[in-house]
Amino acid sequence: MYKIFLTFILSILILQYASATTADEAGSLIPPADFQAFDTPNDNAKSVSLRWPSSPSESAAAEYVVYASLRKNTPFITEVLRINSKTMYEEGSDSNFHYVEIKPGKFFNKDSDVTGGRSSYFFKLVMMSNSENVTVNEIASATPKGNWFNWKKLNNFIILITFSALVFWFIEHAKKNPNLYLRKISGLDAIDDALGRATEMGKPVLYVHGLNGMGSISTIAAVNILGRIAIRVAEYDTTLKVSNIDPIVMSVSQEVVKESYLEAGRPDAYVQDNVFMAASEQFPYVAAVSGIMIREKTAANFFMGYFYAESLILAETGASTGAIQIAATDSYTQLPFFITTCDYTLIGEELYAASAYLSREPLLLGSLRAQDIAKGIIISALVIGAALATVGIGFISFLFKAS
Amino acid sequence: MNFFKRTIPLIIAFIMGIMMAFQYYVPHEASQSLLKVVTRWGITIAGFAVFIGAYSLFHLHWNKIKRKVPGWGYSTFVFFGAGITIIFGLYNGGEFFLHDKQEGTMFDWMYFNVQVPAGATMFSILAFFMASAAYRTFRARTSEATILLIAAVIVMLGRVPVGALIWEYLPPIADWIMSVPNMAAKRGILIGVSIGAIATSLRIIFGIERAYLGGGD
Repeated sequence: MYKIFLTFILSILILQYASATTADEAGSLIPPADFQAFDTPNDNAKSVSLRWPSSPSESAAAEYVVYASLRKNTPFITEVLRINSKTMYEEGSDSNFHYVEIKPGKFFNKDSDVTGGRSSYFFKLVMMSNSENVTVNEIASATPKGNWFNWKKLNNFIILITFSALVFWFIEHAKKNPNLYLRKISGLDAIDDALGRATEMGKPVLYVHGLNGMGSISTIAAVNILGRIAIRVAEYDTTLKVSNIDPIVMSVSQEVVKESYLEAGRPDAYVQDNVFMAASEQFPYVAAVSGIMIREKTAANFFMGYFYAESLILAETGASTGAIQIAATDSYTQLPFFITTCDYTLIGEELYAASAYLSREPLLLGSLRAQDIAKGIIISALVIGAALATVGIGFISFLFKAS
Repeated sequence: MNFFKRTIPLIIAFIMGIMMAFQYYVPHEASQSLLKVVTRWGITIAGFAVFIGAYSLFHLHWNKIKRKVPGWGYSTFVFFGAGITIIFGLYNGGEFFLHDKQEGTMFDWMYFNVQVPAGATMFSILAFFMASAAYRTFRARTSEATILLIAAVIVMLGRVPVGALIWEYLPPIADWIMSVPNMAAKRGILIGVSIGAIATSLRIIFGIERAYLGGGD
């Protein structure tokens, strides 16, 4: 009896020990071995980065919580991050490290503790599960600093410098050899025909700016083309009407047309009211310009710049009046509408090339040649890159990676 | 005079062009502040430019009325519409223009019951123009137009439920057309546009392209 009782007690003790050991192994959290904080590279001093290795006890039930403080010895009560332990892995670390960027300015008044003009922040990492919390021993600290160069954009910068050098090299080349060959752009060659037709018919020429303001490069390109067209219109002694949706574009267009008339020796023919503000909203603008086309039966319509949904209404109205229509836009969503309804359409980059093409100046033509060479290089990179990527070499894709 | 009309604008274009080009690569606070200041300048200038636009609009239509050009009656609506809008805008539901804009005023009523429906009417005309433009394009006179017609029919049918009922492969073919040949063409255009925009910017920044200042060169 005594032996049975002893065996029973021993069994209970062994079972208790075994269950305690299993619970310990299954439930206890092993904190990450290291915890680092550092200034986020390539930023504007708004964030700090935190990095720590993955813990073997990560699970769907476990979380990482980061607390921050402005001083090392004060309580860490401000929670700045709470994530599931199986998320936010560092890119390329094969799930071995976690990486997060924190914007401490969101949680602290930046003037409350300033060290050398900048706030230092202290961080404590805690791993939590349903039953327990463990804190990583190290307290990490970092001071956010503004960087003077975004190294993630280095490839972009190198491409810009290379392309700029190419442009200047071809401009210099064009100075020595002014008879550069350029492929024919039918839409631009047709401008003279359109203006001649308007002159013969005694009807006005309508120049329609796109909807973007002067901050858009396509509007600047459109204004450049307007300058070239205005000189020819002044020489042909016909009427040029320029409709605008933006008052700044209108002011610039007035100056451009005025100067062009002056250069053509016809300052007396310039009428300021012919470069006018049609409306300041999209569809009122469409109504106003369409009305002009129908009432005045314009003989030639030019649609130059960036267009939105109004493109088809304008071009279709112009087509219904029998006008010669030439469009140029870099808005690829509107290109099909212009191609359908206009006699000639300049696609994408031809809008930017138009001014240089019309002027026939060697300096401008040199830059067009550089554009063609750059396109050739990009096409080669695409073909070679696609071939290399197919066999698992991502070098060229990496070169062109956007930050 | 040439100094103020040519040289000064070219210097400003050069300095601002270089600064803003490098600003893109500099994340520092100073660079961000510069961008903010320039953006605010842009907004301020645009605010004042509204008066120039309004002057141009009123001057143009006033001259039409004065000279009794054909259709001058339409020009009276410019003054009528602008006058009523300005009066109710300034009245601001009885709070006048020194207070914040009030909700549910006559100004709002005119916006929601005149301008919005009129704009929607113009937009809806697009559907009819699309039909007429499509008819002209899809007459299949050339091989290119035939390809366009076939692609358009597949994409249109592939995007509506009846397409899958006609032939189960229509939706995936439509998706392929949009995501492969269409996407390739779109990216080709975008690459060309980007290169063209950079080249144009360089020409303007370095004063090679001056047509935007008016006249030739």
